[in-house]
Amino acid sequence: MSPLHRKLFRDLLQMKGQALAIAAVIGCGIAVFIGAQTTLKSLSAAREAYYDRYRFPDVFSSLKRAPLSVVDRIANLPGIATVEHRIVEGVTLDLPDLDEPAVGKIVSLPDRGTPRLSDVHLLKGRLPEPGRTGEILAEEAFVDANGFEPGDQIRAVLNGRLQTLTIVGVGLSPEYITTIQPGSMFPDDLRFGIFWMRRRQMEAAFDMEGAFNDVVLSLMPGANEDEVIRQLDLLLDDYGGLGATDRDLHLSHRFISDELKQLKTMSIIPPSIFMSVAAFLLNVALRRLLTLQREQIAALKAFGYYNREVGAHYLQLVGVIIAFGAVFGWLLGTWMGQSMTGMYASFYRFPKTVFRPEFGVYLTGAIISFTAGMIGVAAGVRQAVAIPPAEAMRPEPPPTFKPSLIERLGWHRWLNQAPRMILRELTRRPAKAMLTTLGIGFACAILIVGNFGKDAITYLIDFQFGLQERHDATVQFHEAVPQRVLSSLQSIPGIIRIEAFRSIPVRLRHGARSRQTSISGLDENRELFRLIDSDEKLVNLPESGVVMSSQLAKILDLKLGDTVTVEVLNGQRPVRNAVVSGMVDDFSGTAAWMRREALHALMREGPVISGAYLQIDPEHEAAAYRALKEAPMVAGVTLQKVAVQSFMENFAENLLRMRMFNVAFASVIAIGVVYNSARVSLSERSRELATLRVIGFTKAEVSRILLGELAFLTAMAIPVGFLIGSGLCRFISKALETELYRIPFVLNPSTYAFAAAVIAVAAVLSSLIVRRGIDHLDLIAVLKSRE
Amino acid sequence: MPKEAATIVFETKKVTKVYHMGEVSVHALRGVDTQFFEGEFVVLLGRSGSGKSTLLNILGGLDLPSEGEVIYRDRHMADFDENELTRYRRDHVGFVFQFYNLIPSLTARENVALVTEIARDPMKPEEALELVDLGNRLDHFPSQMSGGEQQRVAIARAIAKRPDVLLCDEPTGALDLNTGVKVLEALQSVNRELGTTTAVITHNAIISDMAHRVITLSDGRIESVHTNDTRRLANELNW
Ligand SMILES: Nc1ncnc2c1ncn2[C@@H]1O[C@H](COP(=O)(O)OP(=O)(O)OP(=O)(O)O)[C@@H](O)[C@H]1O
Ligand SMILES: [Mg+2]
Repeated sequence: MSPLHRKLFRDLLQMKGQALAIAAVIGCGIAVFIGAQTTLKSLSAAREAYYDRYRFPDVFSSLKRAPLSVVDRIANLPGIATVEHRIVEGVTLDLPDLDEPAVGKIVSLPDRGTPRLSDVHLLKGRLPEPGRTGEILAEEAFVDANGFEPGDQIRAVLNGRLQTLTIVGVGLSPEYITTIQPGSMFPDDLRFGIFWMRRRQMEAAFDMEGAFNDVVLSLMPGANEDEVIRQLDLLLDDYGGLGATDRDLHLSHRFISDELKQLKTMSIIPPSIFMSVAAFLLNVALRRLLTLQREQIAALKAFGYYNREVGAHYLQLVGVIIAFGAVFGWLLGTWMGQSMTGMYASFYRFPKTVFRPEFGVYLTGAIISFTAGMIGVAAGVRQAVAIPPAEAMRPEPPPTFKPSLIERLGWHRWLNQAPRMILRELTRRPAKAMLTTLGIGFACAILIVGNFGKDAITYLIDFQFGLQERHDATVQFHEAVPQRVLSSLQSIPGIIRIEAFRSIPVRLRHGARSRQTSISGLDENRELFRLIDSDEKLVNLPESGVVMSSQLAKILDLKLGDTVTVEVLNGQRPVRNAVVSGMVDDFSGTAAWMRREALHALMREGPVISGAYLQIDPEHEAAAYRALKEAPMVAGVTLQKVAVQSFMENFAENLLRMRMFNVAFASVIAIGVVYNSARVSLSERSRELATLRVIGFTKAEVSRILLGELAFLTAMAIPVGFLIGSGLCRFISKALETELYRIPFVLNPSTYAFAAAVIAVAAVLSSLIVRRGIDHLDLIAVLKSRE
Repeated sequence: MPKEAATIVFETKKVTKVYHMGEVSVHALRGVDTQFFEGEFVVLLGRSGSGKSTLLNILGGLDLPSEGEVIYRDRHMADFDENELTRYRRDHVGFVFQFYNLIPSLTARENVALVTEIARDPMKPEEALELVDLGNRLDHFPSQMSGGEQQRVAIARAIAKRPDVLLCDEPTGALDLNTGVKVLEALQSVNRELGTTTAVITHNAIISDMAHRVITLSDGRIESVHTNDTRRLANELNW
C-alpha cells in the first residue's frame, strides 16, 4: 500500500464518527432508492409476466345481452387478435359466519378448457366440471379472508334463486389482482368475492343460453385502440353495450398502476433529500479536513505531487465514505425491497412474485451517490489543491470577526459572554449556519412527509364518509323499481333512515371528449349522501341541470353553463342534452348528479329508483343485515362503514411500520447533521475552547458555548423543516394526483409536533456524544499545536 | 570545492517579487542578481522580512517571481507552467521546512516513502533515515518524536530522492543547540557525500561558518556575498 493510501485510511479512522454519520445518510438514501426501485421492478415484472402468461385483455366491455353470433362480428373488426366472451353476473351471498350480506361476481368459464383471455391460475383444488351443478372456483383473496377450503359450501342468490355453491378450487386471475367492488374505494375481501362457474351452469342459472353479456379483447400489435373501442361500441349498441374501456379504466390494473407510480415517487423524492444532505455533510467535513491539512497539502505539492494527485487523494477519501454508504445502502435497500415486495405480494394476488434485485438499480444507486458526493466536495478540493505551496506554508490568517447585527443594534447588553460568542460565530459564517439549518430542516421535513400519507388518508376518509357519504349501507335493486318498494325496507327493524336514488349508466360527451360514468338522481332533502366541496362547503343540487365533480368536468373540458351530451347506456339508449349547472370540487371519482325529478324528466320516465342509502341503528345492526339479505329485489348491499373500518385497521398496521422507517431515516439525517457540524465546530474551535478552559471556565460552561450554537440552529431548523415538509407534501399531493382521486393537502398539528419532537431528541442525543468530546479536550495538546 | 569554473546551478537576474494584499503591496524582493554553483553549500542570512524565504521558494519552484529571470541549468523557470513547476520540484528539488511539515498520520519511514514513491532514482527510505541517524525510529509517528528527530526525518525525506538541490528554510529554527548541530551535520554530510547543492536559510550567523559562501539579504536586495576560506564542521560551531 502506498503511503498516501495509508494516510487515507488513518485520516478516515481519525474522523470515523463523522465518516460513519455521513455514510449512514448516504446509505439511507440508497436504501430507499433500491428498496423502492427493486419493489417497483419486482411488481411490474410480476404483473407483466402475469398479464402475458394469463393473457390480460386490452379492451373490456359489458353489455346487456348478445347472441354468440355477435362474437364473430367482433372478431372481424380490424386490429383484434383474440375475443373472449363470457357471462358475468352479480350474486348476493349468505355467509354462515357473517351477519352482513356479502356480494360476489360470477364469471363464466368456457365449458371446455380455460378462457382464451383472462385465464385463471389454479392454486388449489380443481376447476368446476361442466356437468355438475353448483361447482365454483373462488378467488383466493375471498377464500383467505373467510377461511374457506375446497369442498366448503356457500349459499348464494343467483338471479333471485337461492342456491348452494361448492367451492371446488381456489384460483387467481390477472383481472382481479386486487378485488374492489365497483363503486367502492377499498378492497373488502371478506364481503366481496370473485367466482368462476362453467358456462353451461351460468346459462341455466341466468337464462343466458347462447348469449353473453361481457366481452374482452386483445389487440394486434400496432392496432388503434381508440378506433377499436369506437367500433366495438357501435357494434354493441344494439345489444345494450355499456361502453368499452381500455386498461386505463380497469379497476385492478389502475390500482396497481397507481401503486407503481407512488413507488416511483418514493424512489425519487426521499433519496434526493438524503443525497443533498449527504453532499452538504461531505462538503462541510471535507472543507474542515482540508483546512486542517493545509500544510500537508503544501508539503505534498512541494515534493512534486501534482494537483490532480493531491486532489485524487482527497476524492478517494470521500469515495471510501461513499462506498461504505453505498454498500450499507445496498444491503439495507435489498432488505427493504424484499420486505416491501413481500408486503405487496400479500396484498396483491399474483401467481408468483419474485424479488428482482436488478444489477442496474444497484449501479444507478451507486452512481447517484458518487455523483452527489463528488458535487458536494469538488469545489472545495479544487480550491484547496490550487493554493500555491508557498502560500499554504504560511498559517491561514485568523478569521475576521465583525460585531454582529445584534451588537450593532446595541442589544448585546442583554446578552452575556456565551451567547455573544455564539452569535458572532453564526454571523461570521452565515452560509454554513444556513446549510446546517437546512440539513436539520430536511430531517424534520422527512418526518412531516412521512406522516402526510396518514393525515391525508384519514382526512380523505373523514371527508368521504363523515361529511359526504354518511350512510352505513347502500342497497342496489335488480332493475329500476317503483318507489313503493322502499316501504318493504322501512319495515326492517334497525333501519333509521332511507334515501332513494336513481342511477343511470351514461356516457357523457363534449366535443371529441367522452367519458363513461353514471348519473345519480338524488332527492332534494338528503342527510346521508351529501355533496361537499373540498373546502367542506355543502353543494346543493340545482333544480335542473347536471352537477359533476370538477375532475370529470376537467376531463370533458366543460365549464359551468356548457351543454353536455348524455348518451344513456341502458333501456332505449336515448341521447339527451343537459346543462352543467354545478360542480363539486371533491377528491375522488368522476361522478355526476342531478335532482331525481330532473333525471326522471330527462329520461322521460316515472318515479322509479335504483337503490337506496341506509342509515342503520348500531344496536340492531345484525338483525337489519340479516333482514336485508332476504329482502326482495335487492341485487346487492354495499357496507361502506364496515369496509372503511377494516381498511383502516390494515392501514394502521402498515402505517406503524412506515412510521418506524421514517423516524429512523430522519434521525439518521438529524443526528448526522448535528453531530457532524458539532464535530467540525469542535475541531475549528478547540483552541478557543481549550483557552477558555485554561482561564477557568468549567466544562459545562464551555459546552454551553458550542452546544448553544447547535441548539440555536436546531431551533431555527424546525420551522424551516415545517416549511420544506409542507412544501414537499403539497408537491407530492400534486404528483400523485390521478384521474381517480386527488390527495388532499392536509397536515395535522400532531404531525408537526411529532417531527419537532423527534428532531429535538436527535439533537440532544448527538449533543451528548459531542459533549464527551468536549470533556476529553486535551488542553495541552490543543494549545501546543500550531494552527 | 566549487571553483570559478564550477557549473552554475541557479542564476537569478533582477528578480522581484511583489505581494498584493488589498491596497498595500509588499515588495519582498527588489531585484536580486545572484548565482549558485554545483555542489556548494550556501547560507542565506538576513533580518526577518528581508526576503530569504521568498527567494528560496522561487528557486525551489514553489512560487514564481513577479519580474526577472530565474535560470536553472539553462532552463528559464519564469516560463514554467504549474505542471512544469511540479515536475521540476519532483525531479530536482528537496525541501526542508522550518516547521518540518511531516504528515502526522504517517510514520517516519512512510513520510520518506511518500517522496521516494514518485522519484526517479530514490534511495530506500530506510537508507535515507540511516543517513540522518534515525535507522532505529523507522516506525515512529511524528507525534512520537522530538522536534530535532522530526526535522531529521524531514531531511531524510528531502535527500531520499537524491535531489540536485537541497533547499532548507530555517531547519534549526525550532531546535536547541545539540539537536541543531545534529541536523546540520546531516545536511553537511549529504552535501559532502552526495555533492548536492545546498542552500540553508538561518538567523544564526554562526552557522555561516559551515558554508562555502554566505549571502546576506536586506530589504529584498542582496547586501553582501562572503566566501569562507575555511569552513567549520557542524560540530565545531560554537554559539
Ligand atoms: N504570501 C505573502 N503575502 C503577502 N506578503 C508576503 C507573503 N509572503 C511574504 N510576504 C512578505 O514579504 C516579505 C518577505 O517575506 P519573507 O518570508 O521572504 O521574509 P524572510 O526573510 O523569510 O523573513 P523570516 O526570517 O521572518 O522568515 C515580508 O514583508 C512578508 O510579510
Ligand atoms: Mg522566512
